[in-house]
Amino acid sequence: MTELTSRAPTPSDAAPARNIGFYATWAAFILVVVLLPLIFRSGGSHTTFSLIGIAAIFALSYNILLGQTGLLSFGHAVYYGLGGFLAVHGMNAIAAHGLPVPLPFVPLIGGFAGLVFAVVIGWVSTQRAGTVFAMISLGIGELVASSSLILRSFFGGEAGITTNRTDLPALFGWNFGPQIQVYYLIGFWLIISAIAMYALTRTPLGRMCNAVRDNPERVQFIGYDPHVVRYLSFCFAGFFAGIAGALAAINFEIANAAYLGAVQSGIVLFATFIGGVSYFFGPILGAVVVTMLQLELSDVTTVWQLYFGIIFIGIVMYAPGGIASLLMMHRPLIRAGTLPMILPAYLVAIVPTILFACGVILTIEILAAYSQGNAASSTIRLFRIPFEAANPMTWLAAAVLTIGGFLVARMTWRGVTAAWDRAMMAARERGYHA
Amino acid sequence: MLELIVISTLNGVLFGMLLFLLSSGLTVIFSMMGVLNFAHASFYMLGAFFGYQLTRWIGFWPALILAPLLVGAVGMVVERYGLRQTHKHGHVAELLLTFGLAFAIEQVVQMIWGKLPMDYRVPALLDFPAFTIFSTNYPAYKMFMLLVSVTIFIALLVVLKRTRIGLIVQAALTHPSMVAHLGHNVGRVFMLVFGVGTALAAVAGVIAGPALVTQSDMAALLGPILFVVIVVGGLGSLPGAFFASLLIGLVQTFAVSMNGSLASLFGPLDPGIGPSLLTDVWNVTIAQIAPILPYVLLVLVLIVRPMGLMGTRET
Repeated sequence: MTELTSRAPTPSDAAPARNIGFYATWAAFILVVVLLPLIFRSGGSHTTFSLIGIAAIFALSYNILLGQTGLLSFGHAVYYGLGGFLAVHGMNAIAAHGLPVPLPFVPLIGGFAGLVFAVVIGWVSTQRAGTVFAMISLGIGELVASSSLILRSFFGGEAGITTNRTDLPALFGWNFGPQIQVYYLIGFWLIISAIAMYALTRTPLGRMCNAVRDNPERVQFIGYDPHVVRYLSFCFAGFFAGIAGALAAINFEIANAAYLGAVQSGIVLFATFIGGVSYFFGPILGAVVVTMLQLELSDVTTVWQLYFGIIFIGIVMYAPGGIASLLMMHRPLIRAGTLPMILPAYLVAIVPTILFACGVILTIEILAAYSQGNAASSTIRLFRIPFEAANPMTWLAAAVLTIGGFLVARMTWRGVTAAWDRAMMAARERGYHA
Repeated sequence: MLELIVISTLNGVLFGMLLFLLSSGLTVIFSMMGVLNFAHASFYMLGAFFGYQLTRWIGFWPALILAPLLVGAVGMVVERYGLRQTHKHGHVAELLLTFGLAFAIEQVVQMIWGKLPMDYRVPALLDFPAFTIFSTNYPAYKMFMLLVSVTIFIALLVVLKRTRIGLIVQAALTHPSMVAHLGHNVGRVFMLVFGVGTALAAVAGVIAGPALVTQSDMAALLGPILFVVIVVGGLGSLPGAFFASLLIGLVQTFAVSMNGSLASLFGPLDPGIGPSLLTDVWNVTIAQIAPILPYVLLVLVLIVRPMGLMGTRET
């Protein structure tokens, strides 16, 4: 296996027959975006879908850097946050001066804000790639985040700046007060941005970005300047991050210093990487998973961020291509019809793996209960089964599940590897390659 | 004025030497393995918390020895079972692993010790003023911190420059495959260097814990400054890391003790203007912008000299 990011989304120069599948995929994507809120009608789910939409645009913009150009940024939230702030100021100005600009155009303000700041900051920071770029992006992220607390009149200090989206002129009778209207606004921009960003990967510039990621020296020999290619890619990423930030500002009707901070930059990195950087749709998957985890896990457990970190470490160590790669690995097997050969191995392996996971969860929860000082009274509910945190039997169960589960799981995963090789071999014999 | 200069210089050198305890380990690990250890500041935090806990159990002096050893062991485990496993996926994956680790360590520390600052006190033996200078009592503990940092700095220098192990480490910095061809177990050298580097960070944590605040956000506060230090100094350059540590230590300490602003220099603005970006910039004091000065320095250095003050290596 070569460098992680160099496993390119290979230019699948599609045969005409596959074009149908291509357009069908996009049509299905649009259909899902349109129909989801009609199927799940509660207000809570509309809020969730809105958050997922924003996170998806943000993660896709981040993948222009990480997946397509190989630039690892620790400060991408700068452009998201500045887009959000400019959008809030823009909305307040529109409302104050009665300008005829309806809300759906506000994300463009955020987008251009992100673009302008990326144009200014990008030239210095993209001079070098790799670790130096990562460190500069981190430094600039900290610089902007700290400055936001000093320049109070623009950033509003700790409290942030508020706005009211219904003060803007209505469009076709929509004033964007109800959450569902905001969701469709976000969905509209999600579809537009996703198509635009996909199209960007198909342009010569998108191809040069991949080339700069894989071998900058060779790009230089052909006569391109890798710095300029990285810079352009950085500017596009800043633009779409700004759109996402503006949508977040519209959704929450506030912009504050948390938008620009290291936490936000970290979350987009988590989402993109967990989803998978080597496929275009990976970051969308990641945005769904990470947003759901943030919303759901925080209800269930107090130490949800620890689970978040563990999941991320697990993905980095054992599946560096993310969820998307795990799914796409199976494509040749499905085509060749050899998938049934590995399903039994999966079924065998999944049992001890789940038991191992339960053991780890129990251990963490027991520790959490003790360190919060309420071990005696606290009951851990795992799949509706209550465990007393102070009961030694629970400790025993946790230890047995963790250690035993780990040992058995390791054995069964060897079986999966062997079954995988057999299935792959059979697929190759039938003429399907990975 | 003179008092301010002397005290700030002392504090600045002290902070700079603390930074160097961290940045030296980070630099050696980076030049050897090509991995920027994002979790380095987290090991510093672990050192402080282990130091605090062990101090409560067995006293400060055993903790000063034991905590770094424990953290060093954790570091070696991370290298052996984490980084080496991830190495085949490339440097980006390794950097991301340490990033995830930094996140996870912070959460674990928060889970066990909570979010509030710990009551980590200066040991009674060193709890007296060392000397009085211009009516300011300078605490003996700070002199002790300075002493420990300088001792470790000299020891590191001697080990690297004068011993056989240092020779191998130095050779492995620039020519890892040649060193391996000569029959040295480069994997073990890496593990050892990683362990020593994290242990040094833990020493910094144990001695800085009582003087600064021992809290679960201390890694997140110090980490970015640490990366500024090694980028400004030049990635992979040990002398560069040394000078950048002192520079940033002094700059930050002096900035914090200065109260000047544009308003105090040129007089206040016309109050009729009202609050705007200009008034924000006009009224901000140097002490207030002290936290962002390292990052300003980073951007300036990168514009003027992209490889850092003493960097030579292209990464």
